[in-house]
Amino acid sequence: MKFWIGAALCAVGLTAMALSGINEYVFFAGFVVLQSIVLATAWNILGGYAGYVNFGVPAFVAMGAYSSLFVFKAFNAPLVVQILAGASVSGLLGLGVGLLTLRLRGIFFSISTVALIFILEAVINNWRYLGAATGVQITRPATWGPFESYTRMLFVVMALMSIVAIAIARYIQDSHIGRGLRAVRDSEEAAECSGVPTLQLKLIACGVSGALLGAAGAPMPMYLSYIEPASSFNLSYAIAALAMPIIGGMAHWVGPLIGALLLATIQQVVTVTISSELNVLVVGGLLVLFVVLAPEGLVGLYRKWKTSSK
Amino acid sequence: MIFSFDLLFEAILFGILLGCFYAAVSLGLSVAFGLLDVPYVAHPAVLILGSYGTFWLNDHLGIDPLLSGIMLMPVFYALGVMLYRFYHASFESRGGDASVNGLAFFFGLAFIIEVLLIIVFGVDQRSAHADYIGESLEIGEIRLPYRLLVAFGVALLLTYVLTLFFSKTFVGRAIKAVGQDEMALRLMGANPTQIKQMAFGIATAVNALAGAMLIIVSPVEPSMDRIYIGRTFCVVVLAGLGSMSGTLVAGLLLGIVESIVLTLFGASWAPAVAFGMLLILLGLRPQGLFGR
Repeated sequence: MKFWIGAALCAVGLTAMALSGINEYVFFAGFVVLQSIVLATAWNILGGYAGYVNFGVPAFVAMGAYSSLFVFKAFNAPLVVQILAGASVSGLLGLGVGLLTLRLRGIFFSISTVALIFILEAVINNWRYLGAATGVQITRPATWGPFESYTRMLFVVMALMSIVAIAIARYIQDSHIGRGLRAVRDSEEAAECSGVPTLQLKLIACGVSGALLGAAGAPMPMYLSYIEPASSFNLSYAIAALAMPIIGGMAHWVGPLIGALLLATIQQVVTVTISSELNVLVVGGLLVLFVVLAPEGLVGLYRKWKTSSK
Repeated sequence: MIFSFDLLFEAILFGILLGCFYAAVSLGLSVAFGLLDVPYVAHPAVLILGSYGTFWLNDHLGIDPLLSGIMLMPVFYALGVMLYRFYHASFESRGGDASVNGLAFFFGLAFIIEVLLIIVFGVDQRSAHADYIGESLEIGEIRLPYRLLVAFGVALLLTYVLTLFFSKTFVGRAIKAVGQDEMALRLMGANPTQIKQMAFGIATAVNALAGAMLIIVSPVEPSMDRIYIGRTFCVVVLAGLGSMSGTLVAGLLLGIVESIVLTLFGASWAPAVAFGMLLILLGLRPQGLFGR
């Protein structure tokens, strides 16, 4: 109950913010931070709970973005339909990746997800209708509702999406699915022998994780009014989605949330004040630091501190 | 697209030259990942680091790129030893949930190397200078660039030397043994960590020379490591982890397929070839063509 009250307060607060007269740039940057929350939370459902490291986040995000572009171009579909299209296509891609887990674990699984990025990028690069390598310029439709600008509206949409993502992650964590996935992470053979339906659970995790990643990518064409393959399939999505849950802590749904808020905010500040190269360096540096010194993340550090102070 | 046998022949010829080169850039990974089971996704980034080291020596001191690569080998050996020690102390010796963390560590490391290269050298393409770069050997209609021939020769030599090393020398056999059964090695009174550390150093040193070949074959840029993730892992998995002669055959196969696809469908499909082969391979036969 406490969770839902908090979620509702966040939703109301962020919507009120979008309706107020705060500088437009706050929402432009805020959208990226909120998107990071969705990406980190979605990644963690597979990576954190089940222990399958997905490097292919850019593939899912870009498929979401390009599905959204496709339905917009072909049927002039509204934003909600675009997001549903992105979520379905990336969800299906996730199920495909889930089938790979039948044979592949560890680094083999991770490398095969990297392969998805480059194969799909080559496909888009050769797909004229979707702008091929040069990309497509988009004219945004009129803003819906009481919002002053399209960016403000997307900000609220992304806020709702992160609440949905966190609610899903929380549900999975506390239900039989989460328990099963943790068993898979600790020992897949033992889980299988104890009657855990490993394949079914992995497929659920891959599908849900993929769908959320796709949904987070779907508003991208509208957000930038422009889309092209090189930045859509950028590997920095992969490192960010990996670093945020690890820094926050992968065992609990709150970890990715904290990690994303912290890291994405730092990234936005560094990008604006110093340079975008340095922001990747900060992400990589923090990732390596946490993996070596505090593999349980901030949540783990907090737990340790709490038990030692008792 | 007009299909002709001349074109196909040329594609295959280039594929063979390119393939030997792909084998050479994968040798280090074949040792580090294939034999030692280290999730070394930073291998391609270290390869590009070798290329930039070569570029620096070539550009500032005017040293021949091949010689530069050889000069970098001891430095990279030390780098590899340090890297393995760090990895071992932080992840391997802790056991447990090492796989996710080890992977994340090397992935993060790859990004750090890439960004540092961008900060130091910029995002522009860099190339090395030598007499054999830019000239071509002409046999009738076919022009074979000397730079590819040089890389081809060095790659063959390197593979041959490494194969000899692993089958004839004591250290080489010990490294193969540690890959097969660490416990047995320990029972024989050898220290597996020390041998692995040496092997990782050798893998990284070989990678320095491979980096020099890379900048001889084509101009490099910091983000180039991304596509080489596909090429190197494709070759190593195809070869069946840890087999040196298998690496050569796998490299040739990838080189020829990539060259044919490039000729038939155009350059925009080239990056997908290695990754596509890798994905099909992993899905159908993860133990590779010449698997143990």
